[in-house]
Amino acid sequence: MALRRFDIEAGGDSFAFKPETEEKIAFWRGKYPADKQRSAVIPLLWLAQKDNGGWLSEPAMREVADRLEMPYIRVYEVATFYTMFRLQPVGKFHVQLCGTTPCQLRGAEALKEVCTKEIGKPMYVTDDKRLSWEEVECLGACVNAPMAQINDDFYEDLTPESLSDILGRLRHGADVTPGPQIDRVNSAPEGGTTVLTDPKLFDGSRASLSALPNLPAPAAAAPAPAPTPAPRPEPAVAAPAPKDDLKRINGVGPKYEQMLYDMGITHYSQIATWSQETVDKTEELLGFKDRIDREKWVDQAKLLAAGKFDEHEREFGQGKD
Amino acid sequence: MLQDKDRIFTNLYGLHSPGLEAAKKRGAWHLTKEMLDQGPDWLCDQIKASGLRGRGGAGFPTGLKWTFMPKEVRDRPHYLVVNADESEPGTCKDREIMRHDPHLLIEGCMVASRAMRAHKCYVYIRGEYIAERHALEAAVKEAYEAKLIGQNNVNGWDFDLYVHHGAGAYICGEETALLESLEGKKGQPRLKPPFPANAGLYGCPTTVNNVESIAVVPTILRRGAQWFAGFGRPNNSGTKLFCISGHVNKPCNVEEEMSITFRDLIETHCGGIRGGWENLKAVIPGGSSVPMVPAEQIMDAYMDFDTLRDLKSGLGTAAIIVMDKQTDLIKAIARLAYFYKHESCGQCTPCREGTGWMWRVMERMVKGEATHDEIDTLLDVTKQVEGHTICALGDAAAWPIQGLIRHFRPEIEERINRYRLPRAMVQGATVAAE
Amino acid sequence: MSDTFKVNIDGQELEVPKSHTLMQACEEAGAEIPRFCYHERLSVAGNCRMCLVEWEGAPKPIASCAQLVGDLRPNRDGSAPVIRTKGAYVEKARNGVMEFLLINHPLDCPICDQGGECDLQDQAVAYGRSTSRYDENKRAVEDKYMGPLVKTIMTRCIQCTRCVRFAAEVAGVEEIGMISRGESAEITTYLEKSLTSELSGNVIDLCPVGALTSKPYAFNARPWELRETSSVDVMDAMGAAIRIDAKGDAVMRILPETNEEINEEWLSDKSRFVWDGLARQRLDRPYVRRNGKLVPVSWAEALEATKSALSVGADQIGVVAGDLIEVEQAKAALDLFRSLGVKNTDCRPAGAQYGADGVRERYILNPTLMGVEDADALLLVGTNPRVEAAVWNARIRKAWLWGDLKVAIIGEAADLTYPYEHLGVSPDALNTDAARAFLKNAKKPMIVVGEAAACRADGAAILAAAHNLALESGAIADGWAGFGMLHTAAGRVGALDAGFVPADGGKATAEILGGGLKTFVLLGADEVDLSALGAATVVYVGSHGDAGATRADIVLPSAAYSEMSATFVNTEGRVQMTNRAVQPKGEAREGWAIFRALSALVGKPLPYDTADALRAVLRGKEGENTPFSGRGYAPGAKGVAALKAGPAAASGSLGNEPFKRTIADFYLTNPIARASRTMAECSALATSLDTAMAAE
Repeated sequence: MALRRFDIEAGGDSFAFKPETEEKIAFWRGKYPADKQRSAVIPLLWLAQKDNGGWLSEPAMREVADRLEMPYIRVYEVATFYTMFRLQPVGKFHVQLCGTTPCQLRGAEALKEVCTKEIGKPMYVTDDKRLSWEEVECLGACVNAPMAQINDDFYEDLTPESLSDILGRLRHGADVTPGPQIDRVNSAPEGGTTVLTDPKLFDGSRASLSALPNLPAPAAAAPAPAPTPAPRPEPAVAAPAPKDDLKRINGVGPKYEQMLYDMGITHYSQIATWSQETVDKTEELLGFKDRIDREKWVDQAKLLAAGKFDEHEREFGQGKD
Repeated sequence: MLQDKDRIFTNLYGLHSPGLEAAKKRGAWHLTKEMLDQGPDWLCDQIKASGLRGRGGAGFPTGLKWTFMPKEVRDRPHYLVVNADESEPGTCKDREIMRHDPHLLIEGCMVASRAMRAHKCYVYIRGEYIAERHALEAAVKEAYEAKLIGQNNVNGWDFDLYVHHGAGAYICGEETALLESLEGKKGQPRLKPPFPANAGLYGCPTTVNNVESIAVVPTILRRGAQWFAGFGRPNNSGTKLFCISGHVNKPCNVEEEMSITFRDLIETHCGGIRGGWENLKAVIPGGSSVPMVPAEQIMDAYMDFDTLRDLKSGLGTAAIIVMDKQTDLIKAIARLAYFYKHESCGQCTPCREGTGWMWRVMERMVKGEATHDEIDTLLDVTKQVEGHTICALGDAAAWPIQGLIRHFRPEIEERINRYRLPRAMVQGATVAAE
Repeated sequence: MSDTFKVNIDGQELEVPKSHTLMQACEEAGAEIPRFCYHERLSVAGNCRMCLVEWEGAPKPIASCAQLVGDLRPNRDGSAPVIRTKGAYVEKARNGVMEFLLINHPLDCPICDQGGECDLQDQAVAYGRSTSRYDENKRAVEDKYMGPLVKTIMTRCIQCTRCVRFAAEVAGVEEIGMISRGESAEITTYLEKSLTSELSGNVIDLCPVGALTSKPYAFNARPWELRETSSVDVMDAMGAAIRIDAKGDAVMRILPETNEEINEEWLSDKSRFVWDGLARQRLDRPYVRRNGKLVPVSWAEALEATKSALSVGADQIGVVAGDLIEVEQAKAALDLFRSLGVKNTDCRPAGAQYGADGVRERYILNPTLMGVEDADALLLVGTNPRVEAAVWNARIRKAWLWGDLKVAIIGEAADLTYPYEHLGVSPDALNTDAARAFLKNAKKPMIVVGEAAACRADGAAILAAAHNLALESGAIADGWAGFGMLHTAAGRVGALDAGFVPADGGKATAEILGGGLKTFVLLGADEVDLSALGAATVVYVGSHGDAGATRADIVLPSAAYSEMSATFVNTEGRVQMTNRAVQPKGEAREGWAIFRALSALVGKPLPYDTADALRAVLRGKEGENTPFSGRGYAPGAKGVAALKAGPAAASGSLGNEPFKRTIADFYLTNPIARASRTMAECSALATSLDTAMAAE
């Protein structure tokens, strides 16, 4: 990313939040513990940017720092670290054009040309002060690529023509509609969806369950009627195999096997993939230390998962405990 | 193929209201109190039994992660922090949950908080998702007003949920960078240990979970762990939101069964590959950070953690970026290299310096302005970054380039050769081709 | 659970505390671990990645600075984890990091002031490639303004953030930060404002490359040209350990040395940058005033003139010693004047009311500088340690930040870089329930009285009240002497120890300088009011042409602290020696030698011919216990018994007049500092900042 500095000259000497923003400031500050008000710095900088015509000036940054009683340098770090804080003036409509690979694959480069032609160089503000643009990194609407964010809204499934049309409308104050610019609804496939059409999903029948499945026996016995059996769909690929006999692992007895089952560890293959971190955490849960490494559970599980029972037997002996 | 009745995110496309009443009709907030009443052990056990693995990219078992939290609350409160900083290129699934099914997320937050003995939860949503933030805030307000959450709510577990937002930094998707950011600092990842479960937000025990991981929880509990575990191959259970972008006929988001094959997924939901299956060149199957897989290896692969790991790639966030034969792969990866350079936090040396170096070399390779030796140098540089950084961004920056060189080295070499040909011959070739 | 853990480092098995970092463990095993960002007195950043080591079995190399030994695990067979600090794997990792550090680092070593003492240069020799594989353009970073002391060449910066952490953690001024991100990340102060810390120069030492260097020293010398002399600083009463680097006859720079008990490894900006004052405004030959003008004369003439000035009768002579006087000079002068029958001698130019009774414990900092780390409650009375002992202030901050120290002050409110309870502005606050309550539950309370308190009209009453409060609150208990004075002058405690106070019936400073006497002898006393001396003869002995020399009729030039091996006693009562780094300027002589010569001339020769003989007298006879018997240690809790005896009897009561600051300008407290251009610049800048703030 490029170097980011305040436009000191354009920022002037002072900044004040709009009176109506105070309520929002209080709303955000209310979310964090009284002694952790620093957490509100990003939301407050964002509000300041809104009140300052879409960019963050140095006096605006100081105002936020003063309110949160933070050293200026710490707020300065934040303001320059996060790229949504624009440190120089932008147009009334600022276009953030996504240029990352998913958008690039679907034509973002042609859109950049449109922006260059209709607006100018990145971060240049048109003479009428209405438009400016910059290329940004992935905005998280990749299945609707290529796309751009203009002020708060996403414009998706753009073509050079539709973007050009939108820019023209914004320049002249005409209405524009955010969202996909082709025949599709949000992230559903173009032309309509073939899934999520079952009316039963929406008629309340999903909210008719009388009790949760898998409740522990005593709790379930008391007030609730017998649990409805959970629907069990056909596994499409492969049915989950029955649980492995984890006791084959030298060091795992019936007690630990049950504890592992309870943790959802039912197969050798799972143990075979344990990272050191998982090993540590598992030991913590099983209530011992350094044993999994010492007894080489992971190595054992690798052999067992690969079906090499003989080799396991040779190397580690029959599991007992 | 997954049937509608087994889909969790029934309003994925926003065809219905995201509001509380409609959400309740779709099953949200149903028997929530009963879940909470069961207490942490039961909740963790159920989620463990469901086989749910984290949906944010790393695939760590969610139930197991919850159990890392201290077993009792001492002087420091517990926190759940939901990672909604969806920034991995290719990924746009959490966005749909937040704007169309926010109540599933809020309910999930409450249940997960109960499981880890937390009374407060922050949802950290990326700054660019402004409409999504407003949608989530509106749903939170509804939930408070209906006394579903808050102090003395009808569900019997005091619970406050706060929406927080970022301001444009991919790195804040890394859990400790996210916590730093939430504390009002630059999003620079922390050294680990200590892990967040010991010292997370404000130094308190904290678990950071992805939006999707949390939002599926209430439905899993309502349908039963075995229901969820029934989908997908062992160790890869459940349903999953897939984001298919790039060169398919109809890019879209869709909830499907884990371990569906790539071909089924594309044929059923995306109208096939642009220009047909013969035109498929390569696929990045799990968001930009995983290495690409060439067409012949991916076509009939199961889309799940283990299969893709065996293909030296990964399921990541299940964001599938499809590239056809008209794609300039070198350019596509160079653009990702730029992305990582742009998003490096600058804290540690290998990533700060290495991402810029890798991008600059990649840019030259797009033009072919390089030597053959430099391919090995570049590979060596990626190895010098990989595994030497504080967080995984260094690895993420290295892998796409490694994937490119692994599978398409001849293409890079050809580009270099072409650049080195005498000018006239290149022009001649162009003319001839026309 | 045991507190130690076994690790195998490079084949050597050793047991180390779990709280150690792996880097410390490796060093114990004798391995050298390269590092840039790690510094033992700063928080761990783990960002340079240079200290990577191999942990057998781990998927990737680990940063040894950030890895606690206690977080390691034994091997599967129960044996100690195997760490390797050498070998191809580690070399490859470190070489990679080094290459990354160098790709954007300029090749300007020949014009870099860090050259020859640069961590990057040294480590590049060990881990760098001979040629670069990086074919792209190198990054350039604009230099930043950080004030008159710190020069920046930011292109050289390797973003280790040591300076950021130092400013935030040790200095307590959050003024340096890393802005932007990724490869654009830059270190800067906020909008390039100057640092407002008295400790800012330490970032120069901390910077492992040439990004932050000394502005006054820029391009002056190469490290290998310099002659290094370990010595003791005299800019405040702490007596920090320093190293004076000289080239020929000139002091080129002053650096801190490590003394854990005094300055750790920090140094205040005044102590570090005052050196240009050693070459300016110097009295380099004797002068005598003739026809209203000071004219240069020979030593013989000057001493002859002094002899006649001293022939006015002992009761017509007054002698005042200044802030920087070394013990040898004080002793020699005192011995001479006593032999002449002079009673009017005083080393307390500001009129402090301590020391007259000769009980040492009543005027030194018994709890010691380091003792503040043991204390859990600190009451500061009429003192601002940030300006009076800046490095000690950092230690107080450290004890507050990382320990459980709480602080309260009675006196002027000021930004001390840590929070405190403000119990009052005037001495009567000592006698309040609030003061007692503050100290009440502390296990090791500490009360420190400053020069400003002792110099007041009610100074004796304040000292007595504070002493009584200490007795009452348990600040004085077996093994803990939690009551003492924080001095501001390097020479004061030594002069007091030498007995440089009025003899029975003699006059103290205020009376001496009140006028009426015929001859005044000023031993480097410049911070005094000389307006009432009338037509009397003034003899000035000192190193710099300051207020005293301006008024003087006879000027006897003496050596400055960098030019002699002399004894100073710090505020803790710790006896230390400076070492001669350069020759005295011109014809200047060591102070004691001047009085030895004078004593022969007036017919009362002093009983020592060398400085060593003088010091032997100070030490006393074999087995005798004098303040000068030992060297280098602070008496500390040895003073408990004397303190328990209670304060000296004091008349008068505590006033309600607010405390005033002792030090108006941190940068200009003594003649050497006032001669320094660097200090003048710092002072002007600080004053303008103060004014600007007042205007707001």
